[in-house]
Amino acid sequence: MSEFTERVVKVNGAELALIEGGSGPALLVLHEELGHPGWLNWHRQIAKHRRIIIPIHPGFQTERLSWVRNVRDLACLYGFLLRDQKIDTVDVLGFSLGGWIAAEMAVGNPSLFRRMALVAPFGIKPGEGYIMDMFPMSSAEYLKASVANIAATPEFEHLYGEGSAQQFELWEDARTECARLAWEPYMHNPSLEPLLGGLTGLPTLIMWGDKDAILPGSAVHDYAKAIPRARLHVLKGAGHRPEAEKTDEFVRELEEFLN
Amino acid sequence: MHIGYFVEQQYNPVPEEAVLLNGGFFGLSNKYFDRKTGAALYHRYIKEFLEAERVGYDSMILNEHHANPACMSNSIMIEAAILAYASHRAKIVLLGTPLPIMKNPLRAAEELAQIDLISNGRLVPGIIRGAAWEQVASNTNPALNRELFDEAHDFMLQAWSRPGPWRYEGKHFHYRFVNPFVRPMQEKPPIWVPGVISPETVIWAAEHRYPYVALGTEVAATAKMWKLYGDTAQRMGYQVGPENFGYFQKVVVADTDEEAYELGKGHIFGGSFTPTRFASLPGYNSKDAVKNYANKFYEFLRPRATLDPTDIPGLRQSFADNYAKHQETMHVITGTPKTVIPKLRARLEALRPGIFTIWGPEGPIPHEKTMRMMKLVGDEVLPALREIGKELDLTDPFQVEPGSRPLPANGQWNPLVPTQVAAA
Repeated sequence: MSEFTERVVKVNGAELALIEGGSGPALLVLHEELGHPGWLNWHRQIAKHRRIIIPIHPGFQTERLSWVRNVRDLACLYGFLLRDQKIDTVDVLGFSLGGWIAAEMAVGNPSLFRRMALVAPFGIKPGEGYIMDMFPMSSAEYLKASVANIAATPEFEHLYGEGSAQQFELWEDARTECARLAWEPYMHNPSLEPLLGGLTGLPTLIMWGDKDAILPGSAVHDYAKAIPRARLHVLKGAGHRPEAEKTDEFVRELEEFLN
Repeated sequence: MHIGYFVEQQYNPVPEEAVLLNGGFFGLSNKYFDRKTGAALYHRYIKEFLEAERVGYDSMILNEHHANPACMSNSIMIEAAILAYASHRAKIVLLGTPLPIMKNPLRAAEELAQIDLISNGRLVPGIIRGAAWEQVASNTNPALNRELFDEAHDFMLQAWSRPGPWRYEGKHFHYRFVNPFVRPMQEKPPIWVPGVISPETVIWAAEHRYPYVALGTEVAATAKMWKLYGDTAQRMGYQVGPENFGYFQKVVVADTDEEAYELGKGHIFGGSFTPTRFASLPGYNSKDAVKNYANKFYEFLRPRATLDPTDIPGLRQSFADNYAKHQETMHVITGTPKTVIPKLRARLEALRPGIFTIWGPEGPIPHEKTMRMMKLVGDEVLPALREIGKELDLTDPFQVEPGSRPLPANGQWNPLVPTQVAAA
């Protein structure tokens, strides 16, 4: 039996692809800017105690929704998804772009999530430095930049599977949708940071690798400062993908936080 | 046949090595810019365009680019306005106004109207999407480029023709009050669309009955685009003629073949225009174009594996080899009037464009050499080209309204160029 299933659901007239696996309390997982990277070791470990639900952002593999013009629009759509799927007690885990979407969902509806875990989340403008611009480079180059040490990351080869023409097209779709959502301001929303202060009742874990070349550390420190009940966990030696680079530590921290 | 003159207006004292190490002209640091030299070059290029009019060209063709030394024209409107006042006969052809990156089609409509009036109706306000790197230079969302272009175009036509004031709420542009009081001299300013054979642009131009101007593209590929244009025209219910097509030809003329050959090397100066990292921005190309490109996935992952960007002598050698090939394929035509005329005739026979542009010398060429070329072209090449144009019946858009020819009775369009070229 496969570790996960795929199905298409209708939400507010739009078709959304959902990947689901595992059993237990629901965990909404919001994928990053290059798409869903496939079922990795951390999915396997977390799925032992959790029902993982991963919506594929519209435009990444499915038809793009012309009215979705920013991340907040997408956050609203995912709010309807949770309601329609009758997922009323849910934790959320968001990676990078997905972390931003999770934060937008939370500020839009502060009682939506029980707990929120953000991994190297975009969404606020770093106080120092810039979020690496994914657009004037190829997806492959961006992917390489996302890991601190490729040789020490056995799962790197499994990220997104084999290089193929089809994968290239999916990446181009992902990049295009990202440009539509976040070309300018780049990967952040100026109204998000002030709103995060309103999340007074939401326990939040922020994880970030101290060798992250894509997201400057100032951004996660500001995130942790902005959310009243946030805790920052720094994974030493990891880049932008601590879940694949330091899987054991990542899973341990996440499970401890969620339980 | 309409014969235009074009150059990029290069900041040509730029050290070539710096351009090569940058991977191309775009994005080269402006620390290489010298104020006084820049000022002198602007004056020089204006003088050369005016000389083009004096020696008999039908138009001065302008463009704009940003953040690079290959083209100093940063505002096509400014250049057009200067020439509108300083010239008196030749058309001022913009190839083109980059509507998406200007982000303000009302302002574009106003400025173009003003230029058309100053020139007493000599403006050809061609329009473009702006190349990929231009989206970076202006921070224009490449994924919205086509939408911005379409909307800005439709808006601009309305702004020129619809009595104001009116209100506009579009998708990307919004205006409370549209009433450009100054309207163009020409009731319907003639729009041309240049391109480097993106099929979507060819189809779009044909659907709007706008001449499509190929920017020095390879002949067989260009002929294929003529066919795509012709097929689209048939769908739209008209027969194409030479007036629907334009072609840019790089030409360098001097007193001897040897000198022209040497001066022509300015066309390969600095190598590529765009470093590869800026060439493929998300959403700039259509999904079909991406699909075609995706099949070259592995090449994409290892771009230019054979060319080491720091190997300056190696790069120069590869450009020199290419230059020799360019002569064979006539990508660059160099020589005396006597030797270039038969080559130009061959080009005109192969593509039959009603708009023919001499793309003059580029690179570190002295002003005197450009002026000498002007004289030689004016005295000998232009008269010969006019005869060839007549002989080949190369009607231009000012002689025959593009899109006004009816289809043959059987509803099938007649190909414009010999089928063997189209099929090649």
